[in-house]
Amino acid sequence: MPRLEIVSNLGRNRSATVGLLIIAVVLLVALIGPRLAPYDPLVPAPLDRLKGPGPVHYFGTDSLGRDIFSRVLYGTRISLVIGLISVAISLAPGTLLGLLSGYFGGWVDSLIMRGMDMLLAFPAILLAIFITAILGPSLPNTMIAVGIVYIPHYARIVRSSVLSLKEQLFVQAIAHLGGTHARILGAHILPNALPPIIVYATLGMGTAVLQAAALGFLGLGAQPPQPEWGAMLSEGRQYIQLAPHVAAFPGAAILLLVLGFNLFGDGLRDVLDPSLRSR
Amino acid sequence: MPLSYISRRLFHLLLILLGVSVLVFLMLRMIPGDPAQLLLGEYARPEELARLRTQLGLDRSYPIQYGIYLQSILRGDFGTSVRTGAPVVDEIGVRLLATIELSLAAMFIATLLGIVAGVISAVKQYSVFDYGSMFLALIGVSMPIFWLGLMLIYLLAVKFPILPMMGRISMGLEAPAVTGLVVVDTLIAGQLGACGDALRHLLLPACTLATIPMAIVARITRSSMLEVLNQDYVRTARAKGLGEAVVILRHALRNAFLPVVTVLGLNLGLLLGGAVLTETIFSWPGLGRYVVDSLMGRDYAAVQGCILIFAVLMALINLIVDLLYVLLDPRIRVHA
Repeated sequence: MPRLEIVSNLGRNRSATVGLLIIAVVLLVALIGPRLAPYDPLVPAPLDRLKGPGPVHYFGTDSLGRDIFSRVLYGTRISLVIGLISVAISLAPGTLLGLLSGYFGGWVDSLIMRGMDMLLAFPAILLAIFITAILGPSLPNTMIAVGIVYIPHYARIVRSSVLSLKEQLFVQAIAHLGGTHARILGAHILPNALPPIIVYATLGMGTAVLQAAALGFLGLGAQPPQPEWGAMLSEGRQYIQLAPHVAAFPGAAILLLVLGFNLFGDGLRDVLDPSLRSR
Repeated sequence: MPLSYISRRLFHLLLILLGVSVLVFLMLRMIPGDPAQLLLGEYARPEELARLRTQLGLDRSYPIQYGIYLQSILRGDFGTSVRTGAPVVDEIGVRLLATIELSLAAMFIATLLGIVAGVISAVKQYSVFDYGSMFLALIGVSMPIFWLGLMLIYLLAVKFPILPMMGRISMGLEAPAVTGLVVVDTLIAGQLGACGDALRHLLLPACTLATIPMAIVARITRSSMLEVLNQDYVRTARAKGLGEAVVILRHALRNAFLPVVTVLGLNLGLLLGGAVLTETIFSWPGLGRYVVDSLMGRDYAAVQGCILIFAVLMALINLIVDLLYVLLDPRIRVHA
């Protein structure tokens, strides 16, 4: 499908438009958020502990008196970076493994896919917790853990595309004309296998943000005093009876960002991969 | 269904589990920190540490440690928890039942409400209900369930104290241990008050855990029903003069069920993962919370046992879904 047609179809798709709008706003906040933040997100103000939302502190303050609105704004950048890097970590090896597995078949396919099956035998969050426990709790390790967990998903998607593409006439013609495996895979199969990968990566951004926030919530992700949304929620849990706003706003921010990626991903799927269209 | 198909799948399952056990064994050894040191504390004497390492088998080579571990598993012995001193099998058993009770309740809620919402949305396509429920479903799949759990606790246990905020049953009440599922056990014993209490404890965590699967089931039921409702046999059923309810429930829904069953199976895996977070929020004494606590406490035997159980459950669920698939759609049987 020509690029112009894709853009015009995306523009007509309501789900994609709303999703893109949310992502654009979040991106803008990530870029200029620190300038908009009325307070320093890390400096405690003991006299202002657990204040409710109001004109001075729009989202209230946390147990150390820090302004939650400022912390949520700063956290936007962290969450977006987590989403992007985690997806990149899953995407690169996942795509390569899927390409090799689908193209060469035989023992290469069996070896790679059985390895992927093993990773898929764990519930995702459990595997992520496990990997973080090995690497140690920190933000970069969270991204690595979430990235590793989703490698099999990309490998499977790419493999299934390659399986059908390699039987197509144009690929077989290039092979007969003496095209090398690397050239066939890189220049001919990969570009044609891209639409489902792009769709899954967009939806995967939302999943990665959710999983990273879950690790932060369990105390295995970003460490205090970093204003990561999951870690902020974890702190809010202790004060849920006294000051529910401490947990409410970071959670709502996660929901909004994930909703944006899901809406845009759904729209992209409808446009790029009509066979999977959700009615 | 050919026996060779089932036996091939079972063999495949065994291979995966063997691989998982090696993977878990190696990964646990990569976790920084010495379990003996962790147990005896910072000021333990070197000879005490050496004695405990020998006791736990940590002074042997990895292949020998793994060999001993595998032999024990095959005997049904998952080792002893270094935190509590109790056999891991016993600890897992009690907690697994708590997780199963929670997951079954969540699955029940997700399936019932998800299918009803999906069917109504499809039958009344482009209505206010359709738009509303599909929007809610989209919110549902985007929801951090640990946040939803906290907000439900605040709303229904703190602000309007209708439901209890944690545990399986109120203090002072006790369920006789028959099945390990508190709601069932209290019902069997005829303790209706205690059963009601257990159900009230179950409601908040089950609803929290049900959110994402419910949203997914609603979406897939809707799209699957829409596809089926346009088929000729549905038109024929209507033309025969059958009532709309019969057409939808007997002719359309039954045929739309295949993708729904797959999604339900996949969701059971999702529920097991979700249980880790839900159990932490609601202090539910299940396997999810136990595995996190064990990992933090470097309780190797407990973590290995739990993760193997999780992997077995996931693999079994996938197998059952595939078999159900064959049973539900006779056309697949030919190729199976």
